[in-house]
Amino acid sequence: MSRRLLTGNGSAAWGARLARVDYIPAFPITPQTEIIETIAEWIDRGKMTGRMVTMESEHAMITAAGAASATGVRVFSATSSQGLLYAMEMIYSVAGWRTPLVLVNVSRGISAPITLEPDHNDVLAARDSGFLQIHCSTCQEVLDTTLMAYRLAEDERVRLPVIVNQDGFYLSFTREPVEIPDSRPAAEFVGDYNPENMGFRASSPSSQAVAVLGAGAYSYFRYETHLAAREALSVYEEVAREYRERFGRYHPIVETYRTEDAEYAFVMMDSFATKAKDGVDRLRESGVKIGLVRPRLLRPFPEEQLCRALAGMKGAAVIDQNLSMGKGGVLYTEIASALYGQNEAAPLLASFIGGLGGRDISAEEFYEIAATLQKAVKHNRAPRPRLLYTVEELRAMRKLQAIAHVERHGSKPGE
Amino acid sequence: MAGKTIRRLQELPSTHLLGTGTPMCAGCGGLEILHEIYDILGPKTVFTNAAGCMSLLSVYPYTPFRGSWLYTAMASAPAAAQGIRDALDILLEKKRIPPGDDLQVITLTGDGSAYGMGLSATSAAMDRNLDFIYLCYDNEGYGNTGQQYSSATPHAALTATSRTSHGYPGYKKDLFSIWAAHRPAYVATVIGAEPLDLAQKVEALQELQGPRLLIGLAPCPTGWGFDPSLTVKIGRLAVETGIWPLKEYRDDRTVHTRIVRHRKPVEEYLQLQDRFRHLFEPERNNREIALIQARIDQYWSKAIDADT
Ligand SMILES: Cc1ncc(C[n+]2csc(CCOP(=O)(O)OP(=O)(O)O)c2C)c(N)n1
Ligand code: SF4
Ligand SMILES: [Mg+2]
Repeated sequence: MSRRLLTGNGSAAWGARLARVDYIPAFPITPQTEIIETIAEWIDRGKMTGRMVTMESEHAMITAAGAASATGVRVFSATSSQGLLYAMEMIYSVAGWRTPLVLVNVSRGISAPITLEPDHNDVLAARDSGFLQIHCSTCQEVLDTTLMAYRLAEDERVRLPVIVNQDGFYLSFTREPVEIPDSRPAAEFVGDYNPENMGFRASSPSSQAVAVLGAGAYSYFRYETHLAAREALSVYEEVAREYRERFGRYHPIVETYRTEDAEYAFVMMDSFATKAKDGVDRLRESGVKIGLVRPRLLRPFPEEQLCRALAGMKGAAVIDQNLSMGKGGVLYTEIASALYGQNEAAPLLASFIGGLGGRDISAEEFYEIAATLQKAVKHNRAPRPRLLYTVEELRAMRKLQAIAHVERHGSKPGE
Repeated sequence: MAGKTIRRLQELPSTHLLGTGTPMCAGCGGLEILHEIYDILGPKTVFTNAAGCMSLLSVYPYTPFRGSWLYTAMASAPAAAQGIRDALDILLEKKRIPPGDDLQVITLTGDGSAYGMGLSATSAAMDRNLDFIYLCYDNEGYGNTGQQYSSATPHAALTATSRTSHGYPGYKKDLFSIWAAHRPAYVATVIGAEPLDLAQKVEALQELQGPRLLIGLAPCPTGWGFDPSLTVKIGRLAVETGIWPLKEYRDDRTVHTRIVRHRKPVEEYLQLQDRFRHLFEPERNNREIALIQARIDQYWSKAIDADT
C-alpha cells in the first residue's frame, strides 16, 4: 500500500490498472483526458498490460467496449458530458447486452450553452439505461469504487455495466492523498474475469443482441435486466464489506454524516457533498441538529437505505446539481418517490437546485437552506423549489447581457 | 482475375450453410450475396450487423448462422468489429482461448449505413488497419424503413421520399472510390448474379489481411418494384449494361474484373423496375434516359483507359 497525492482522474486510472483490465477503447474529452493519457503512458512504458485503442467517437468507443466485453475480456473506458450523450444509443444497447464493463464518467454540464464545468445532467441522462451508477465524493472513493465496480458488474447475479461518476475539475483535477492498494491484494480482490457463457468462439457459436418479435420477449428481457440491477444492492453490500476487510475502507450504499440524532438533513451526491459536510459542522456548532445523507448508488436506487437514513427526521433539503427542464431536481423527485407512502412519518422535503455548470455553493447558502428548511417544518409547508443564485450573480449576468446587446446592436437596450 | 482454386461455376461450394426460413423478402438480392459469401467463408466467422433488413435474419431464439452474430446499431457495426477483433487477439495472446477458436470478423450493413451513418466508423476502422471484412449489400435505399432514398440511391429513382415523376434528384455516391482512397488491403464490387466473380473475390480477400471491403449491388424486389423471379436477370443486366461495374482495388490499383465489350443499353435494366417506370410512362423521357446512358458511357471510357 502506498499513499500518494492523486487527482480524481489519476485515481480512476489507478483503479483500471489495479483491476488489470484487458482492453481500453478511448476517446478524449475534457475533463476526462488525463485518465486515458495516464493509461496510455503506463501501457507504453510497460507498467500496465492491456490494449488501448482510440476510437473515432464515443458511440464507436462504447460499441467496441461492449463488443469486446461480449467476447470475454475485461473492459474499461471513460468519458464525460457530450461524449456520454453522443454514446447514448450504445449505452442503452450494451447494458441490454449485459456486458460487465466499467465506465468512468467525469461529470460536466451539457450544451447548450457549452461549458467545461461540472453538473450531473450528463450522467443522469444515462439513469434509465441499465448501467449501474455509483457517485463518488473523494479521489480515494474513485479508486476504491472503480475496483469494486468490477466485482459488482461481473457478479453472476448482476452482469451489468457500471458507471463510476466523479465531478469534473472539483475531483478530476484536484489532488488529494489517496491510498493505492498493492497490486497483488487488489488482483486477489477483483479476481479474474470469468465470462462464463459469454463470448464468440469457433467451438461455441452464438448469435447475440438479436431482434425479438413480440412484446412478450421484449418485456421479459427488459424486466430481467431491471431485476438484475435490483440484485446489485445486496451484491454491492457484500462487495463493500469484503473491500473493508481487505483494505480497511468502507464505502456504503448511502453515506450518512452526523445523522444519528439529526432532525434535518442535506441530501446531495458527488463531490459537493463534502461542502455540505462542512456546512453540517458549522451548523452543528450553532446548535442546529443537521446531518448529511449522500446516496453513492443511484442505480440501483437504494430506497430502503435512504428511508432508513431519513427516518424520524423533521425535514430534508435535497440539493440537486442538475435540472430536469420543466420538472426540477432529479434527485429530489427520486427521494420523494422513496419516501412517499412509507410507514415512518416522512420528513418534509425541500428542493434546491445548485452547482449548475460548476457554480460553487457557499457556506452561507448552506445556512440559508437550513433556515428555510427549519421555517418550512415550523409552518408544516414545503417551500417552492429554489435555484441557488445570488443578486450579485444576477447583476453580473445583466451586465453581460448589456454588453451582448451593444455588441449586436451598437447601443444599450432602451437607447 | 483474382482467385486460384475456383475457376468454373461447377467449382462453387455445393453445400449451403445459411439456414432457410428467414423473414427476408422472396428474391432478395442482398440475401443472395450473403448466401454465396457465407458458403465460402464458412461458420468460423462472427458478423457484426448494423440496423437494416438483415437485422431480422436472427430473431430470438432462432438464427440461420452456424457461426456467430452480433447486432449493434445503425452507425457502429465496424466499431463492434474492432472490439471483437481486439478481444479475440487479447484472448489468443494470453492463451485464454486455443488458436482454433479464432474467428474471422465480418461487418454486414446496408448502404444506408455504409454510405452514410456508418461511414465515419468504417473510415476509422481502415485508419486503424483493422483486420476485418466488410460486406455492404446495396439495395440503394433505406430498405428496412420502406425504401426512402439514401446516398446510394441512383439518379431518377422513385423512392418513398422521392415520389414525384422526377425521382431522386441526386447521384449515387461513389463509395468504392471513397473506400479505396483509404488504401485498405482490398475493395471490390460484387453482385449475386455473378457468383463466380464474387467467389473469386472472396477467395482473393481471404489471402489478405487488414480491411477488406465489398459492395454488393442487391436487387430488391420490394424496394425497386419488380417480380422476385427477376432478381438474377436484373443483376446480370446491371453488369451487362455497365451500370454496376465489377472491379477490385488492391496494391494501389483498381482493375475491372469484367469488361463488357458490347454493353446493352441501360434502358433494358431500367424498364424492368417500377422505380424507373416514370422514365418510360406515360411518355418516354428520352432526355433523362440519354443522360443516364451518357454517365455510364463516360465512366467506361475513363475506366478502360485507366485499366489498360
Ligand atoms: C440511429 C437509427 N436511426 C434510424 C434507424 C431506423 N432504421 C432502421 S433500418 C434503417 C435503414 C437502413 O438502411 P440500409 O443501411 O440501407 O439497410 P436496409 O434497410 O436497406 O437493409 C433505418 C433508417 C435506426 N435503426 N437507428
Ligand atoms: S426490402 Fe429488399 S433488401 Fe430488404 S429484405 Fe426485402 S428484398 Fe431484401
Ligand atoms: Mg439499403
